[in-house]
Amino acid sequence: MSSEQPEQPRQQIYDSTAPSTDTRDSRIGEGADDRFNSKLREAFGSTPFILTKFDKFMNWVRGNSMFMLQFGIACCSIEMMHTYAIKHDLDRFGAGVPRASPRQADVMIVPGTIVSKFGPRMKRVYDQMPEPKFVVGMGSCTISGGPFQEGYNVVKGAEEIIPIDIHVPGCPPRPEALVYGIAKLQERIRNGESTPVVVKPYELEKFGDLPKDELVQKLADDIDEDDLVMRYNWADSP
Amino acid sequence: MSTGLERQPAVEVTEDELEAIVGDRALARDDHLNAPGFVIRPDDVQDVLKDLRDEAGFDHLANLTAQEYPDRYESIYHLRKYADPTQEVSVVVPTTTDEPVSQTAEPVFRTADWHEREAFDLVGIDYEGHPDPRRILLPETWQGHPLSRDYDQEKPQLVTLTEHANPIQPDHHDDESDTMFLNIGPHHPATHGVLHIETVLDGETVVDVDPDIGYLHRCEEQMCQQGTYRHQIMPYPDRWDYVSAGLLNEWAYARVAEDLADIDVPEYAQVIRTMGAELSRIASHMLALATFALDVYGDFTAIFQYGMRDREVVQDILEDLTGQRLMFNYFRLGGVAWDLPEPREEFIEKTRDFLDGLPAKVDEYNDLLTANEIFQIRTHDTGILEPEVAKQYGCTGPVARGSGIDYDLRRDDPYGYYENLEWDVVTKDGCDNYSRVLVRMQEVEESAKIIEQCLDLLEDWPEDERTVQSNVPRTLKPDADTEIYRAVEGAKGELGIYIRADGTDKPGRFKIRSPCFHNLSALPEMAEGEYIPDMIASLGSLDIVLGEVDR
Repeated sequence: MSSEQPEQPRQQIYDSTAPSTDTRDSRIGEGADDRFNSKLREAFGSTPFILTKFDKFMNWVRGNSMFMLQFGIACCSIEMMHTYAIKHDLDRFGAGVPRASPRQADVMIVPGTIVSKFGPRMKRVYDQMPEPKFVVGMGSCTISGGPFQEGYNVVKGAEEIIPIDIHVPGCPPRPEALVYGIAKLQERIRNGESTPVVVKPYELEKFGDLPKDELVQKLADDIDEDDLVMRYNWADSP
Repeated sequence: MSTGLERQPAVEVTEDELEAIVGDRALARDDHLNAPGFVIRPDDVQDVLKDLRDEAGFDHLANLTAQEYPDRYESIYHLRKYADPTQEVSVVVPTTTDEPVSQTAEPVFRTADWHEREAFDLVGIDYEGHPDPRRILLPETWQGHPLSRDYDQEKPQLVTLTEHANPIQPDHHDDESDTMFLNIGPHHPATHGVLHIETVLDGETVVDVDPDIGYLHRCEEQMCQQGTYRHQIMPYPDRWDYVSAGLLNEWAYARVAEDLADIDVPEYAQVIRTMGAELSRIASHMLALATFALDVYGDFTAIFQYGMRDREVVQDILEDLTGQRLMFNYFRLGGVAWDLPEPREEFIEKTRDFLDGLPAKVDEYNDLLTANEIFQIRTHDTGILEPEVAKQYGCTGPVARGSGIDYDLRRDDPYGYYENLEWDVVTKDGCDNYSRVLVRMQEVEESAKIIEQCLDLLEDWPEDERTVQSNVPRTLKPDADTEIYRAVEGAKGELGIYIRADGTDKPGRFKIRSPCFHNLSALPEMAEGEYIPDMIASLGSLDIVLGEVDR
């Protein structure tokens, strides 16, 4: 397209700020109100349809309407509440509806230290969420155990139990940092990058299926064969 | 805010009288820095504690510390008086390593129930005659006792995820009445964190409540025992009561370590500490009010957001002062980290602006909350906690003051700059959920008074006398076998710490006395026989923080 052809419609759009009204004028006559006309409309052409792929559309929808699980664990949950509340207001970004039930939630923010007694419960809550589901790890404890990493009871990062999409570092992260983390997650979702599959070292398994080592033998009287158990192998953790 | 409750002066008990009361049962003396200590036989526990309670008036079992020495186990009962907490006595109960069995103190002090379960769980002492000898913080299937000397942290552990069995007691279950078992939590919006409440319901009435804690047991005591006194311990207190009450918690550690190592704090630093601590208290009480409204009305839109709005302002002020919004790490042994931010006038003006706006906000809360008829119907005369019961459970803070117990360590066991300031202790004798909310609301106003006076002092403080830290040796090594228990008035009540020094630069034993732990243990007393929504309201009015309950 050369510059000697100023009559090209696209070139007209570049050069002028006024909407070009040729198509409309020929259809409904001159002098109509052009309040709703715009350059963007012009660029799309006169058709009222937007063409896109359905999965792309769904990703866009998901990214803009995320229901968060109302899930408070430890210190970070205070900053998470501030992120939901006045001033920071996560709702502005299309991600601020806290749902108390995991059955209605898309995103789980893990705000705090995971200890051995809570690990299986968190796995249960994660399993109860419908797919597609996403997890934001908030704070150092969900990355590595944070300041409590050397504790006898502390799981060294939430990633030992459930897959995590976005890590937000900090102890605790500021609300702005959490907003940024969630914006990043939305960006990923819009681009169609779903939950990465990671190797989960601690799966819930039936007690009866465990190899019969010393610990299992010792607990055999206390635990039912069908009970689900989680094994914490502190020595092999990072 | 005077309440008209007259405070009874406590009878002073001298050491000679104490010796006479304990008498022959004392095997030896083992004095702590804060209190005389008596060593007794493990089968005399109930007798001695009962005599000390009834004859000498030690009606507050503040703490129970369990620890293991190379040659023995030891349980220390820290007793003090509600009427005068400066009067203290420690009862030391050694047991052998082969057979660590000691008599339970539960019949004398109800609060010993949970304490002895914790001592069994973490250290491994058995208490004979204990009504409910289970683990409390760690899972039932845990192997070993993590704070005992021969514990191997590398060993694998198994944790079960069982469906909870229906614990319907035969005496609750007959042909007419049909009870139902309900799990509340550990993931539930009304539990303020990860708390699991096993509830048995008869219709809508609560028959039995059993709080199951330990879902946030992050080994705080182990972490503190691994850190050096000077700098490595101070960040952890921030994370016990994490509802931005950090400075209050830091003061608990600062106070105990300063008394242990005999460190002076400059007066100027004390004023800054007092101001910061009261700002933290306001932030903490604001959250308590906000979440209480959420619990009783499900009011996420108005009061909760108002509470958060005001907390944001306080957090901004504290951020200017300390550099962090939530985990301040601002206190140092012997003072604070740095002076007020420059320009000082701007900081003082900003804080004054907040205080000037506060009365209008408190009026707004009163309109929305305490003057609201629905709120009154929901909270008045529910969750009754009688003062005698509260004392049995070791309740402190706004929970005790809402039951008419006039107990506030800021006044009764003075520290910081509180003695020199004009303020009142708020007490209410309604004993119900409503009183506890009122106490918190009025404490916000009292805290504002204290901050106002501190600001006046700071503004006029001569420029060449603004010492924020005294000289403290780089490495602190308190003498071996010095033991001390000290407490401060945290946002939730008496936050105490016991430290035994072992001659190194790290504590030999570090035990945290958490007010929420005691307050929560009184929940069954408040909730049984009430409707289930009232139980949720009672839980909200206790204002627990699970980080502090589980530590």
